[in-house]
Amino acid sequence: MSLEVRATVAERRFDVALRVGEGEVVAVLGQNGSGKSTALSVIAGLLRPDSGSATLDGRVLFDVGGAGRSGVWVPPHDRGVALLAQEPLLFPHLSALDNVAFGPRSSGRSRREARAAGERWLHEVGASEYAGRHPGRLSGGQAQRVAVARALAAEPRLLLLDEPMSALDIDVAPAVRQMLRRVLAGRAAVIVTHDILDALLLADRIVVLEDGRVVEEGPTAQVVGRPRSPFAARIAGLNMVRGTRDGDGVRGPDGVRVEGLADEAVPDGEPAVAVFRPSAVGVYRRPPGGSPRNVLDVTITELEPVGEQIRVRTAGLSADVTAAAVAELDLAPGTRVVFTVKASEVTVYRA
Amino acid sequence: MARATRHVGLPRWVFVPAAVGALFVVLPLLAMLDRVRWGDFLGLISSDSSVDALLLSLRTSAAATLLCVVLGVPMALVLARTSFPGQQLLRSLVLLPLVLPPVVGGIALLYTFGRRGLLGHTVDVLGLQIAFSTTAVVMAQTFVALPFLVVSLEGALRTAGGRYEAVAATLGARPTTVFRRVTLPLVLPGLASGAVLSFARALGEFGATITFAGSLQGVTRTLPLEIYLQRETDADAAVALSLVLVVVAVVVIGLARTRATP
Repeated sequence: MSLEVRATVAERRFDVALRVGEGEVVAVLGQNGSGKSTALSVIAGLLRPDSGSATLDGRVLFDVGGAGRSGVWVPPHDRGVALLAQEPLLFPHLSALDNVAFGPRSSGRSRREARAAGERWLHEVGASEYAGRHPGRLSGGQAQRVAVARALAAEPRLLLLDEPMSALDIDVAPAVRQMLRRVLAGRAAVIVTHDILDALLLADRIVVLEDGRVVEEGPTAQVVGRPRSPFAARIAGLNMVRGTRDGDGVRGPDGVRVEGLADEAVPDGEPAVAVFRPSAVGVYRRPPGGSPRNVLDVTITELEPVGEQIRVRTAGLSADVTAAAVAELDLAPGTRVVFTVKASEVTVYRA
Repeated sequence: MARATRHVGLPRWVFVPAAVGALFVVLPLLAMLDRVRWGDFLGLISSDSSVDALLLSLRTSAAATLLCVVLGVPMALVLARTSFPGQQLLRSLVLLPLVLPPVVGGIALLYTFGRRGLLGHTVDVLGLQIAFSTTAVVMAQTFVALPFLVVSLEGALRTAGGRYEAVAATLGARPTTVFRRVTLPLVLPGLASGAVLSFARALGEFGATITFAGSLQGVTRTLPLEIYLQRETDADAAVALSLVLVVVAVVVIGLARTRATP
C-alpha cells in the first residue's frame, strides 16, 4: 500500500478514508463542494485536518487529533507529495526549464544536475522546445505540460492532480490526457476530476465523494459499469433509480417502481438500484399499450444534443431520442411526457 | 502583454477638478523655480553647511531605507501570510506613524530611547548615547518611513497570493527556499516601490528628527532642517536647497520606475 489516509475536517463536514496502492492511479470523482479538493489539500499538507492520520510508503505524514498525543505533522515540502493544480501555476519569473529544475534544485542537487533533470522531464512530456520560454509566452496546453514535468521532476512518491485538464481548451486536452496516461503508468497518483474520460483513461480505481463522504469506490470498470451512487451513474451516462428491492424491481422513495432483471440476489426490502441506458428509454405523449414495460410520468427539464441524438432530461432520468422524434412529439422544457423502458433493459443490483 | 486602450468615456466634468488638482501640485513647484537665483545657485548650494546637510540626508535616508527593508519585509510577511488573534489591531498600531504627526513620533522616541526614557538606562549601560546623534536621525526616519514599506509590500504579497508558494512547497522547497526563490521575485516590484517610498519619506523627514535628534550641523542637521534654518537668514539659499531636494526626489522616483517596469 502506497498511501493510506483518513481525515476529518469539521468545518467542511469532511470525513474521508482513502487508499492508494503501489503504482495505482485513483480517480476521485464528485460534484463541486463534495470534498475532492479538500482531500488533496490534506494529503499535500496544505490543510490541517481536525483529526486523522496518513502514511505514505510506510512513513507517517500526519497523525493529529488523537486524545493525549502530541501528534505528528510533516510539512508539505518534506512529504514527497507533488501537487498539480487546475492552472499550471508556473513561476512567472523563471523559464520553463528552470521551473522544471525547481524541484531537483530544492532537494539539494547542483544547478547542472537539476537542469539536466529538467531537460529530461521536459522531453518526457513533449515540451523540450519550450525550455527557454517564460510562462507568459506559453499556451495553456504547453504550460500544463511543463507543469506536469515540473511535478514529476520533484520525484514525488505520490502525485496529486487537481482537475488538470479542466482549464485547457477542448482541442488540446486529449493530447495532454494521452501524455498523462503515459507518465502516470505505474505511478502512485490521485486525480481529482469530473470528467469520465479522465477516470477511464487514467485511473485504475474510482472513489466517489458526496458531501465529504465516500459513497462508492471500486475498480474503474466496475464503478462505470455498475454504478451505485447517483453521481457515478450520471458520469457513466446511465439512468438510476435508487430505493429498496420490491419483487422483480426497485421501489424509489417517491413511490416510483421500476421492473428489471436482478443479476444478483437482493432480498426484498434491501437497498437496491435499477439502472438503464438513456437509449433504452422510449418517449411518448401518452402511455402506449402492448408489452409489459415500465411507464414513468415525467416533466422535461432540458434538451441537449448528444452525438447524433437529443438527450431529453428530466429531474432524475434522461432519454436519448432522434431529432425527428423531438420535432414530431413537439418536446420542450416543461412538456409532460411518458418515459417507457422494457424490464429486460433494466439491471437491478444491490446499492 | 497587450495594453488595451479603453474608450468607455469619462464624464467631462471630471477633467475640471483633475486639472485643478494637478495645478495645485505643480504650481507651487513652478513658483519656487521662479524664485531661484540661478546666477548664485551653485554658490548657494555648495556652502559647507549645505553640503554637510545634503550628504547627511542621503546617508541617513539610505540607512533608514535599509533598516525599513530588513524589518519591514518580515513584518509584511507575518501580516500577509499568517493569521493570529489581534492581528488587525497590530496592523493598525504598526501603521500608526502614517497618520501620527511626526513631532509626536519624535517625542515618543525621545521618551523611549532618550537618556531618561523607557530604555534610556539600558542604552546608557551599553555605553550608547542615542538621542541627538546621527543614529537618532536614522531611527526617526525609520520610524516614519517603515509603514510605507510594510503597506506596499503587504499589498503586493496579498495580490501575489499564496498559491505559487504552495506549489513550491509541494515540490520540496523549504520555507526559506520558497521565500528566496518564489515569494521575493514575485513581489520584487512591490518591494522596490515600497523602498522608494520609504526613502522619499525618510529624505523629507523633519518633525521627528528635530524633536528626537536635534539640529547639529554635520551630525543631525539633515537637508529639510537646513532649509528650515536657512529660510530665516537666507531665503535664497533655502529656495536653492529646496530645489536640490526636489531634484533628488524626482531622480529617485524616476530610477525606481524604470527599474520596476523593465
